[in-house]
Parts: sequence; C-alpha cells; structure tokens
Amino acid sequence: MNANTSWQVFGVVIEHDAAGVKPVSLEMINAARKLADQISATVVAFYLCRDDGGGDDGNATATQRRQLAAEEKVADALIQNGADEVRFLTHPDLNIYIHENYSFALMRQLEKSRADYLFLPATNNGKELSAVLSAKLGVGVATDCVALSVSGDGDVAAVRPVFAGKALATVRFRGKTPHILTLRPNIFRGTDPAAAVPRRGEIFREDVALPEFSHQAQRLVKKAASQLDITEARIVVAGGLGMQSPANFKLLEELAEVLGAAVGASRPVVDNGWREYSNQVGQTGRTVSPDLYIACGISGSVQHLAGMSSSRCIVAINTDAHAAIFSVADYGIVGDVIKVVPALTHEFRKVLAA
Amino acid sequence: MKIIVCVKQVLDTAATIQIENGAVVSPGSSRIINPYDEFAIEEAVRIKEKNAAAEITILSLGPEGFNDAIKKALAMGADKAVHLLDRKFDGLDSYAAAKILQRYIASVPHDLILCGKQAVDVDMAQTGAMLATFLGIPFVTVATRIEFAADFQNAKITRQVEGGSEVRELPLPLLVTCQKGLNEPRLPSLKGIMAAKKKAVLTLSAADLGVDDGDINIADNRIVQENISLPAPRKKGRILAANEAAEEKVAAELVQILRDEEKII
Repeated sequence: MNANTSWQVFGVVIEHDAAGVKPVSLEMINAARKLADQISATVVAFYLCRDDGGGDDGNATATQRRQLAAEEKVADALIQNGADEVRFLTHPDLNIYIHENYSFALMRQLEKSRADYLFLPATNNGKELSAVLSAKLGVGVATDCVALSVSGDGDVAAVRPVFAGKALATVRFRGKTPHILTLRPNIFRGTDPAAAVPRRGEIFREDVALPEFSHQAQRLVKKAASQLDITEARIVVAGGLGMQSPANFKLLEELAEVLGAAVGASRPVVDNGWREYSNQVGQTGRTVSPDLYIACGISGSVQHLAGMSSSRCIVAINTDAHAAIFSVADYGIVGDVIKVVPALTHEFRKVLAA
Repeated sequence: MKIIVCVKQVLDTAATIQIENGAVVSPGSSRIINPYDEFAIEEAVRIKEKNAAAEITILSLGPEGFNDAIKKALAMGADKAVHLLDRKFDGLDSYAAAKILQRYIASVPHDLILCGKQAVDVDMAQTGAMLATFLGIPFVTVATRIEFAADFQNAKITRQVEGGSEVRELPLPLLVTCQKGLNEPRLPSLKGIMAAKKKAVLTLSAADLGVDDGDINIADNRIVQENISLPAPRKKGRILAANEAAEEKVAAELVQILRDEEKII
C-alpha cells in the first residue's frame, strides 16, 4: 500500500433501466473494488435518476416513500458489491438517459469528487457518454475493456480487444484525469456478496441543476419494448445458415427460453433477412462474451469467430465435422441442428425443472 | 444541404492477423472502407437522391493508401473528397483524430455529418461523438434509421440501445453515427466509377489546417498502447458425435457436462 495514492478515487457510473440496476453496473463496482483494494482507493458510485423521492420530511407521498425505499435497496446492493459511497444525482430530466443531461450532471460531480478513473459500461449509451465526457474534459478513453490491473503507484492498465477480438491491446493513459474506461458486460462478475461480511458505505443525495440546452427541441419519442440483449445475456444461442429457414429459428427461441438466453445469428442469416441485424454476432455485428455460446449450424467465418471466441464455454453443433467453428468449440456435436436442438431443449428443460 | 461523410480505410474483416514487432500485420490482405462508414456513404447518397440540393463531401484522415477508399466512396455517388494527409497524423488516437477532423469541418459549411458507429480495427466507437462535441453540435450514435422533415431542417433518428431502440428528434446541423440496418450499401456502378475519376480530391496537410508541431500530434494522444498480442488459443475441444449416437443421448451427455463440469446451468 502506498500512502501517496491513498487519495485515489474510482468513480462508477451506474446504468439502470426499468428492470433496475443492470448486471454490468455491479460488475463495474466489483472491478473497481478489486483495483481499489490493491492501492487503498475509494469507490464512488454515481446513480442518476429523477427526483420523485425528495427528502423524507414526514410529508412524503406514498410514491416518494416508494422511491426512497427503492433507492435504499439500490444503494445497499452497490455497497455490498464494493462501493464506498453512493451518490444519487437527481433531476426530473434525468429520468431517462440523454447524453446532454447525463454528461452535464456528471461533469460537476467529477470535479467535486476528484475521480482519477471513471468506469462506464461498454453499452451503446456508456460508449456514447464516455466520448462526450472525454471531449469535454480533454481526457482519454479506453473502450470495451476486458481486463484491468493497477501498479503500486496507482496507474491502471487496461486490456481491450481490437479487430473485434482478433488481437488484444494493453493500453495506459496519459494526461489529465479522470481517465475513462468502459467495461464489457459479463467479464467482471464477482462473487455473491451475500456470502461476505456486510460492508458499510455512505449515501448522498443531491438535486443537480441542468441548463436549458440550445437544442432542446430534441426529445426522446419512444423506447421499444425491452428484450434481453445478446451482449448482456449470460447465455447466447446463435443460428447460422445451417438452420435452413427462418422458421426453424423457432427451435432456437425455444431453447433460449428454457435457458434464459438471447438468440444471436450469423451474418449470412441477417443479410438474408431471417433475423434482425441487432442479433448479428461478429466483426460487423456485435462482439459477445457470454458464459455459454451455443453455435447452431454456424460454419465459423473469421469475422464470426472474432465476435464470439472470448465466450467462456462454446458449444458447436454442425453437420460438417471440418467446420471452422469446431476449432474454437469446447464441445462439438457433429449432427443435424434440426434434430439436436430440440433434444437439447428437452434435456435442459428436464434438468432445470428437477 | 452540405453533407460530410467521415471515411476510414481498414483491414478487410475476412483477414486473419499476426503480430510483428508490436504491430498488427496481415500480409496479402486487402483494405476496405470501414463497413459502418459504408452505411454512412450510402445514407448520404440516398439523401441526395431525395434532395438534389445536397452536396456530399467525403472526409478522410489517413495515409496515402486511403485513396482507394476515397475513390470508392466517390464512385458510390459522393461529389468530392478531402483527404487530410500528413505523416504527423500517423498513430492518432480517437481524441486527436476527432480534433483534426473538427479543425477542417469547422472551416466549411456543414448541415449533416455522417460517420460509422465505430471503425472495425481499433473498435473504440468514440470519434463521431467526440467530433460532434468539439463542434458543439447535437448528435446521435448507433443510428438504424434517419428521416427528415420536408424542409430538411429537422431529423427523426432511431438509435439502437441494448434490448431495443429509441427515437430522437433533432434540428440540423447534426452528426449521426451509422449502424448496420440503416441501409444496404450499393456497389459502385461502372458509370459511377468513371465519374469518380473526374471528381475533385483536395489534399490538406497539417500546415494547411493550421496545425503546428506543438499543437495536435501523437504527443497529445491520451491513450498509449503498451502491448498487443493475439488471444490465447482455446484449449482443444471434445467432440460428442451425434451421427453415431441418438440425439437424445448426446444431448443428455452435453447437458450433464454443462451442469456438473462447467457449472454453467
């Protein structure tokens, strides 16, 4: 432990939606905690939200009390996962993510809290927000980090995939702080905090002021119904041309439902219009790192392998025993997906119900 | 309506790579327009098809070899190109690159700037949003649909978020980063390729942009790459052959392994 670095602050911007704090947010807290413990730094979570709660001065409405209770629950989860401080930043316009509002609210806090490093999720919103903060503060960003280390003097190095994972770059930061890192979902999962000694932390609540933006005309019109995203899912079931027809993807949806998985697809499948582009795994699609990736009827192009070969466990099902997908698979089934997938669905259902 | 499309040339996505002396090499592989930038070029050309007053400038920051990407973009239907070309621009990180792009764009009229959502080599996904922030104009990232009001003064943009999408309405000038799903890029026609030969490509150096040695160069990079390596090869897998056994038996074996050995389910 180095006394000179004991002042280091690791800020973490919590991403949340209607379903609550996203798993990647707890993963960021966990990653920051691990670094902080090595150099005795502080982990500060920033939670931006609307301000229905207000102060509980005895006149709070039922809605406000509900929000306060919800906030306490959130704060406790963040603290038990490793946060030392949880800072709720509230304003009516922070009810949804809009980069102009989020970046403005955070800029002030970053000055105040003197964060040395700032963690954001490597989600579409997190990556967007990191770019705005970087440009406004004149600081560096490392996107989509998959490994972190800290030196004795408090310098953080990050490993990040380039060329969709065909290579791994180790990067360091120069110049002004906070240095910004966005962390890939599913990588930094910690142990269950319930098993550990309960941690204590401080909770702060602050109403922030937001300016009237000159381009206030912009507004969020609607958000489509939420479904499990392939980049955030613990298990991904993906199909290629070997599925033979768009209708056969029903088999993958059934398997995914049993496993609580998201359904991905190879590029040819998406280009054929069988599945939506947002489900495409690969270098010109999305890069995924789930615990389990089940590739069904996917031959394994260079681009596809780049996008999924950092998954923890890979299962490949293909009729062609020489398909490239088997070169990265932990378990391979040489067989017809149309027959194997329903058999797997049946077996998983049986085992999970037991 | 002045449209600027930022274009980067990258290694073909079909290429396999090796590491030599701390750099990525892929002998014999071709270079292509960054696939997400192709969506941006295509979108610009489609806007011009609806709005004859639109003028499309391709803006590219990179070495001489980027000529190929620029020519293809012109052949797809852009009107002219500006190539920011200087050895001082080699090895810029996203921040420094966005600063250089801003230097040029701020000096010319611009109503709409289109970028790819990320370059498929460094995969940072930062330059577009940084550029818009430096320019002080609104922006939307990861767009899958762009619609304009009749007067082309406002745009309605659908962007991808995890598990869904959202729609935002913004006035121009505006920057949008483009995602797959926005359109299907055309192949340049023979006529387009011939026409591209006559289109102007303006080359600007650091000095032309008024960027001097102490100003924006690699020394201002905020990110330093210390090492680059190939990912560790995955351990050799086990084949459970379904051809020789009933699917039910193989499925049961796999599920048991995933539960008892891998402890995933």
